[in-house]
Amino acid sequence: MDKLYKFKSLYNSRALLPLLLLLVWEGAARTGVLPPRILAAPSAVLGTFVSLLRSGELPIALAASLTRVAIGLALGVSVGTALALAAGLSRRGETLVDPLMHILRTLPFLGLVPLFIVWFGIGEAPKIGLIALGAAFPTYLNLFAGIRNVDPKLVEAAESFGLSRIGLILHVVLPGAAPSFLAGLRHALAYSLLSLVVAEQINASSGLGYLINTARDFLRTDVIVVCLLVYAGLGLASDYLVRRLEARILAWRPSLLERAA
Amino acid sequence: MTMALDIAGAFPVPRRPAPNAPAPAVRLRGLSRSFGETAVLRDLDLDIAPGEFVVLLGRSGSGKTTLLRTLAALDTAPAGQVSIPAARAVVFQEPRLLPWKRVWRNAVLGLPRAGRAEADAALAEVDLSHRADAWPSTLSGGEAQRAALARALLRRPQLLLLDEPFGALDALTRLKMQELVLSLWRRHRPALLLVTHDVDEAVALADRVLVLEEGRIAVEEIIDLPRPRPRSGAFEAVRRRLLAALGVAE
Repeated sequence: MDKLYKFKSLYNSRALLPLLLLLVWEGAARTGVLPPRILAAPSAVLGTFVSLLRSGELPIALAASLTRVAIGLALGVSVGTALALAAGLSRRGETLVDPLMHILRTLPFLGLVPLFIVWFGIGEAPKIGLIALGAAFPTYLNLFAGIRNVDPKLVEAAESFGLSRIGLILHVVLPGAAPSFLAGLRHALAYSLLSLVVAEQINASSGLGYLINTARDFLRTDVIVVCLLVYAGLGLASDYLVRRLEARILAWRPSLLERAA
Repeated sequence: MTMALDIAGAFPVPRRPAPNAPAPAVRLRGLSRSFGETAVLRDLDLDIAPGEFVVLLGRSGSGKTTLLRTLAALDTAPAGQVSIPAARAVVFQEPRLLPWKRVWRNAVLGLPRAGRAEADAALAEVDLSHRADAWPSTLSGGEAQRAALARALLRRPQLLLLDEPFGALDALTRLKMQELVLSLWRRHRPALLLVTHDVDEAVALADRVLVLEEGRIAVEEIIDLPRPRPRSGAFEAVRRRLLAALGVAE
């Protein structure tokens, strides 16, 4: 009875197909249908993950990659925020900044890699630059839209209650734009991770990309898969972080209040 | 009592204040305002005495909200002479509380010297102490408008402007809010202008009812009945006159 129930719940579970795929993959690898130079078995990937962790290679590479993302993200989000504030809070700023940003955002930023290499060489600068660029645009676009969409009735009311211009910005405009800013931050994180993956293909001498490049030269598909999974893990972790941030900053939102209740 | 009513009803012209009356809280002379080609207010004169409860009636599009916005100094381009007190406060149709600030912080918004104690005192006056720490999105419509009233009271207004503040509330809550406004007005005695389209509300509350029509004050009724005002014959008479002024025959 109990067994049957467990079997049934697995059959109905959302994990069914992924688990099945994993089994087929493992089976194909064990029987030799899928040779390790094409794709390593899940069990081999797990083993490699553990050994890379123990040897310290993975933590060191991860730290190098995370440092890149952190610096690039900090730069990109700062610049995007500064430009959005300049354009969002003054008409003059908008005429000055907004058209340029809309022209630039049509450029596929990952396509700028060759130019970045010409300009910055193959060191850390082009990688961080690419990550910053990827983060700056979603930050700018979302925050600018957020500032402009603050309810004018709230602004009018706050003005009638004697708030100064600075007070208006601090108490009404910025909190009102916070949900958009966080949506932008979520995109910025996603883009910066994407930029990281691409940037680390540029002759990296450290980081996850370096691990992948060396693994490629030795046909170590297990290492490549481990690194890909770590990239995926970074994506999940960044999403989780933004969620936590939203729960803190947007605690006043009706949707979040319902969830807490 | 009825005499006063009848006399006032017969003169649809703004009163001239007695020579020794105190300086009015509000004084408008030749106020005009147009949006594009449309004239919304035309050469309007109005005085409101300190502590007077004035209700402004009018069909939609008659210029009620524009007049209120002028008195709140929210309209930037009126023509004419406008003199209003420095201490003003508005309660809008919607509560307009900042959703990201708890109720008590909304109440003291823009008052750097007021803190929790002042907020609590004002919230107690509108019977909302228990919701001081709530987020505005969790308030009912009536609670939100009471919070907006507390926020207005904290400005210690000499002129309190209410722009159809009960329009969105159910009938029962509406009556309670009317009582609350009346008691707050009695305690603090600001000059008060309430904009509404509810004739019963006007007759129940006002010292003086103005009917705005095509940008001018077309009718003025002074209501000299003691409050609370049951539906007596005098009440009905004023009510009927006002309805007639608004173009509704009963």
